[in-house]
Amino acid sequence: MIPVDETEVADVVAGARAARRPIAIVGGGTRAGLGRPVEAQIRLETRGLTGITLYEPSELVISARAGTALSEIEAVLAAKRQCLAFEPMDHRPLYGTRGEPTIGAVAACNISGPRRIQAGAARDFLIGLRFVNGRGEIIKSGGRVMKNVTGLDLVRLQCGAHGTLGVLTEASFKVLPAPKSSATLALHGLSDDAGVAALSAALGSPFHVSGATHLPAGIGADEALTLLRLEGTEHSVRHRRDALIDLLAPNGGAEELPAERAAALWRAIRDALFVAEPRETAIWRLSVAPTSAPKIVAALADRIDIRHFYDWGGGLVWLAVAPGEDAQAGSIRAAIAGSGHATLVRAPQAIRAEADIFEPLSVPLMKLTAGIKTSFDPDRIINPGRMYTGI
Amino acid sequence: MSAIPFPKPDPKILARRGEIVAGLAALLPGECLVTSEDERRAFETDALTAYRRVPLAVVLPRSTQELASVMKFLHKEGVKVVARGAGTSLAGGAIPQEDAVVIGVGKMNRILDVDYPNRIIRVEAGVTNLAITDAVAADGFFYAPDPSSQLACTIAGNIGMNSGGAHCLKYGVTVNNVLGLKMVLVDGTIVEIGGEFLDSPGLDLLGLVVGSEGQLGIVTEATLRILRAAEDARPVLFGFPTSEQAGACVASIIAAGIIPVAIEFMDKPAIEICEAFSRAGYPLDVGALLIVEVEGSPAEIEEELARIVAIAKGHGVSTIRESKSAMETAAIWKGRKSAFGATGRVADYICMDGVIPTGELPNVLHRVSEIVAAHGLRVANVFHAGDGNLHPLVLYDINDPLEQAKAEAAGAEILKLCVEVGGCLTGEHGVGIEKRDLMPVQFSPADLAQQMRVRAVFDPAWLLNPAKVFPLEGRTPAQ
Ligand SMILES: Cc1cc2nc3c(=O)[nH]c(=O)nc-3n(C[C@H](O)[C@H](O)[C@H](O)COP(=O)(O)OP(=O)(O)OC[C@H]3O[C@@H](n4cnc5c(N)ncnc54)[C@H](O)[C@@H]3O)c2cc1C
Repeated sequence: MIPVDETEVADVVAGARAARRPIAIVGGGTRAGLGRPVEAQIRLETRGLTGITLYEPSELVISARAGTALSEIEAVLAAKRQCLAFEPMDHRPLYGTRGEPTIGAVAACNISGPRRIQAGAARDFLIGLRFVNGRGEIIKSGGRVMKNVTGLDLVRLQCGAHGTLGVLTEASFKVLPAPKSSATLALHGLSDDAGVAALSAALGSPFHVSGATHLPAGIGADEALTLLRLEGTEHSVRHRRDALIDLLAPNGGAEELPAERAAALWRAIRDALFVAEPRETAIWRLSVAPTSAPKIVAALADRIDIRHFYDWGGGLVWLAVAPGEDAQAGSIRAAIAGSGHATLVRAPQAIRAEADIFEPLSVPLMKLTAGIKTSFDPDRIINPGRMYTGI
Repeated sequence: MSAIPFPKPDPKILARRGEIVAGLAALLPGECLVTSEDERRAFETDALTAYRRVPLAVVLPRSTQELASVMKFLHKEGVKVVARGAGTSLAGGAIPQEDAVVIGVGKMNRILDVDYPNRIIRVEAGVTNLAITDAVAADGFFYAPDPSSQLACTIAGNIGMNSGGAHCLKYGVTVNNVLGLKMVLVDGTIVEIGGEFLDSPGLDLLGLVVGSEGQLGIVTEATLRILRAAEDARPVLFGFPTSEQAGACVASIIAAGIIPVAIEFMDKPAIEICEAFSRAGYPLDVGALLIVEVEGSPAEIEEELARIVAIAKGHGVSTIRESKSAMETAAIWKGRKSAFGATGRVADYICMDGVIPTGELPNVLHRVSEIVAAHGLRVANVFHAGDGNLHPLVLYDINDPLEQAKAEAAGAEILKLCVEVGGCLTGEHGVGIEKRDLMPVQFSPADLAQQMRVRAVFDPAWLLNPAKVFPLEGRTPAQ
């Protein structure tokens, strides 16, 4: 089904509900591998819901229908020297998918990139949503203004719900001026511990680091690379670059990378290119306290074969492992031991249907989650099972 | 003779007061329980002082466990609960009701852990906003959201309201700076949401709970992001002949791709009130004032300021004054942050909190003055201009019921205007009782019903702060 407006979406959902037939929501299809497989008789495609509905550069806001291509939005913003500051990741390289990522999926899956560490996540920029819930009702939450605490925040609840609480039809994002210039500093040959320590030192400095990554030896280059990005006006970037070089002298001396190489590296970091191959490996994303990340990785490396790198100052670990029976879920979650969470981002279909893709929740939180699902979608017909069994 | 209705107290609960208080006394030492009428009266209102209700009892637990045992008991007894931080809510969010027990987190005010390498701090919910920054300031760090009430208000209340402040233009509001929470659910279950890491797993319950005004549970601990302070920061005063010019200047600064740390706006009445109170050195010969703060190294500050000055000149700026010392900076901010307090000394006021698209600033400011004048009242405007978050202070005499009604009517018209131009009812103060009955202006019945169904998942019997946020009529159960 390819509804062309919100009312048609509502009709499709109402019809599906009456017939008790579950719906799978499909945007650009580029992130279909994210989450648990959905068993559904109806495919609801958002590609009929397109177009930017509002763009006010001087008010830092853009709104678009859910099926609008992210590339279109980024181009329109770039023309006014603005951007989605949370730097949404492109999943195509990881999944080997084609097609165009949509803004609806960015909102539904809370997709961010390296700048999340400084600017915030998609959920911090999503200011308004329209959606159709599982009862076939058209609902709005939030709006188009920068601050809004009116009523319960259903916008954030939807952001990261992977479409399980309704079909998003339109999203409004706060945008920011695009950085005028940027510089990337690299430290060479550090161990994971030393690399993350350098990232912590830089992020704890007054110099507004907007990307902080450690690539261990063999990831991207033969020797380990610890990367720090600075963005802003030319003058300001130069000043902070020099200050940061001084600050990092004890960490082994930082040098600036050529702009093109740096841009390619940040794109590769954003899209997790370093772990995309070989294709049969399973990929995990761990969110932990930065300083505990190298310890978790070391503990894992003692037990299983891994390839990994760190983003977000160490707080995000990308991990590639052999798929095995459960994509090593047991070992990985045991290593984190509740001090963070792990998401299985890529795995063969059979494993995705069985394993816990998202971190299992405590009993009371699971109960609330199930209750929330029901409050939006009483018959559990929208993307059922995408996040957890039945949810 | 208050205009905003409260639900009628449940006579069965009132009749069982002795028994309920005895049950509480069995759970807590005397110093944690407030029962005498005189002492309970200290909790009868918040910063929306026109409305008062003396609660059944007040409980001030010392730990999450203690608080959970109280919640479990009250849940079993079917008693309503109003969570309270410092009681500085401007929306009446913390005002009790006669058949409810107030649970205050004031005794839970310890800093639990500071972790600089991971840039986080863990605190008990009753710690004041300023105490968080104070705990890390010597090491060059700060907690970003800075409500003007930060000396008094608690992180619990900030989480309850998703509070903002002057510096949120760049650093975000409470929800952008909270990583984890410990919370007690209505039945006494203790849950942990998020933690010392980014993007909590599962649904964004953190985002849902922040700003939920004590309706989903009682927060007892928080893990917050702390940031390293910039090398230097400098506020600059820009005086304009008219409010419209100042408003247009704000829109131009943002349009030029400049996001200062703060852009605060004051109109003439606000300038006069603040200057008389704090002697901050604000120019008195202007129609409106912007406080623009920029930060970075001295050279970065000069660069950004030069661009802002050029824009201001294009809008007829008549006075430009840069802070030349830390003392001057402190005075400039003290003047702004004491704006509400200073206003309170010259008149009673209700503080509106609507948000509008910044392009509408000149138009809305004009219409706000018309609305207030039409009711025969005065208004002072002092607000966060960079994100369009208005705070018209409607001045009136609290002892004159007629004036109060007029002030509330003017306030309602202003908020409806905010919604009409594409904005919302509240940007940082919350709905409370104050804007409760205006919710249908912003939301359709289906929008509200969806919110209420989510609320009911956490609190099926509507025991938690039940007089707030949603209109009293037409409340919806979970399914
Ligand atoms: C002079 C003045 C200036 C102000 N300036 C600003 C400003 O610049 N920005 C701004 O955003 N606000 C401002 N405010 C409003 C107010 O200070 C904020 O809303 C503040 O966050 C309230 O904190 P509190 O501790 O006083 O909470 P309270 O007023 O006690 O409670 C606020 C809400 O949170 C709920 N709550 C309290 N504790 C908990 C808990 N443990 N768990 C769950 N819910 C809880 C309450 O039920 C209530 O709904 C100002 C107020 C005053 C009087």
